[in-house]
Amino acid sequence: MSLLRIHGLEARHGLLSAVRGIDLEIAEGERLALVGANGAGKTTLLRTLAGIHPVSAGQIVFDGVDITALSAHQRCAAGIALVPEGRRLFPAMTVEENLLVARSAGRGGSWQVDSVLEAFPQLKPKLKALASDLSGGQQQATAIGRALMTNPRLLLLDEVSLGLSPRAVQAVYDSLRTLLETRTTIILVEQDLQRTFDVADRIVCMLEGAIVAEGRAGEMSREQVMGYYFGNRPASTTRQVTTQ
Amino acid sequence: MIWANQLIQGVLLGGYYALLACGLSFMFGVMRIINLAHGSLAVVAAYLLYVVAERWEIHPLIGLVAVVPVMALFGWVLHRLVLERSARAGELVPILSTFGLAIVLDNSLFDRFGADTRSLAPYIDTLGYDSWTLPGDIILGKLPLLTLAVAVALLVGLHLLLARTALGRRIRAAAQDPDTAQLVGINARAVYAASTAIAMMTVAVAGAFMAMRATFDPYTGPQQLIFAFEAVVIGGAGSLWGTLVGGIVLGVAQSVGAQIHPQGFLIAGHVVFLVVLLARLYFAHGIRHVFRALRTRLA
Repeated sequence: MSLLRIHGLEARHGLLSAVRGIDLEIAEGERLALVGANGAGKTTLLRTLAGIHPVSAGQIVFDGVDITALSAHQRCAAGIALVPEGRRLFPAMTVEENLLVARSAGRGGSWQVDSVLEAFPQLKPKLKALASDLSGGQQQATAIGRALMTNPRLLLLDEVSLGLSPRAVQAVYDSLRTLLETRTTIILVEQDLQRTFDVADRIVCMLEGAIVAEGRAGEMSREQVMGYYFGNRPASTTRQVTTQ
Repeated sequence: MIWANQLIQGVLLGGYYALLACGLSFMFGVMRIINLAHGSLAVVAAYLLYVVAERWEIHPLIGLVAVVPVMALFGWVLHRLVLERSARAGELVPILSTFGLAIVLDNSLFDRFGADTRSLAPYIDTLGYDSWTLPGDIILGKLPLLTLAVAVALLVGLHLLLARTALGRRIRAAAQDPDTAQLVGINARAVYAASTAIAMMTVAVAGAFMAMRATFDPYTGPQQLIFAFEAVVIGGAGSLWGTLVGGIVLGVAQSVGAQIHPQGFLIAGHVVFLVVLLARLYFAHGIRHVFRALRTRLA
């Protein structure tokens, strides 16, 4: 059974249609990557799923329940967590407080401060430091840790490597391996295609707000995805999605 | 020694201003709302205490047991019906709506209680004028000292609430970034309503001390709002400990001003407020830069 079913989803930025007619199903434990150029609608789609961007049309069903009309905090309580682009930590709070605030407001579950520190050991010496005083990599680790503290069933990761040094990106992805072992369902938006192929089971290509292709990670080549990325539509063995 | 006494009276008076201002500062710090009905709400609390004291002859401080929850409930409803809706329309709209609320409250009180001035002083025995005289003719009034102690206790309580409790963390998170707070499961609407309720609880306490130390009438609110507002601006809007400092600075300025000239009480307070306000407007960046440089050097 699908954990998440999206049907005919539309979202707008003013007059601009940012997400158009998205139909998507994600199974429990699946790791899905959204790829596409800037402005393709990936971030808007994640924000709409998390509930901080309004749905213009369509339906979102999570674990058999229609959550289209639920607010962001209610979706979090249902088990959806977003690691937003740019981290969006609470800067005047310590790392520990950033984690605890999510723990107290989110769902109960196995993720605790200790387990987050185990997954992201780089945070251990920084537990009492203000979030604003952290390096980019430490901030990203805190943002992911904070989302995990809500004990999500579906984790939405938006550009976790954005603005980080290659070393910091490596550290974050090393830590993510622990998370991947838990078989948490993940939707990942990532510009680094190599990492996308390493992590994802399935790849969905977006262009101008719509899904233009999707396929199993093993069945799609890097060149095919790059083609969709830049707006071409190369012939492929993957399922191509016709958009209106 | 006259100056030392005036200084101490100023500090004690500052305790009252801090008590009056902490709810205003708290609401601004959490929701960025400037509540222009703050003074009028303190007067509402004073009238509630007056009714309780008059009808059942209950000491006002005991009457707070009943009035504080009533004001908290009022705060919750106020947020849901007025503040939340007006905040959605922009930052300036809550200023207008609370200004309107103040007018409604003042005139409703006038309609119900008339223009007579009242005080809770008759209900607190000799606490209103009891004092200790220290060497050098320094007078420590028991009520002003109690007011300062309550102000400090209230600020410590609010600080501990924000720093140590789950509700406090949720309030701080919603204050810093309401959208992201929602992403980690925080119901920002409920947190804001709870914050308004907490602010109204402090307003109830401030109203009690206002009415015990002086007289009040339906139109006392705006004057109290000005003092509270000045204390908040002097101390730094949204900063709880800054509010205590701001209240004390204002109290000392007024006390010293009164010693210089009988008209100097209000003028000195307003002058200090204006000087600090202008300094914040024109030199805020420079001052922050100096503090940052000092911190780096010390580190």
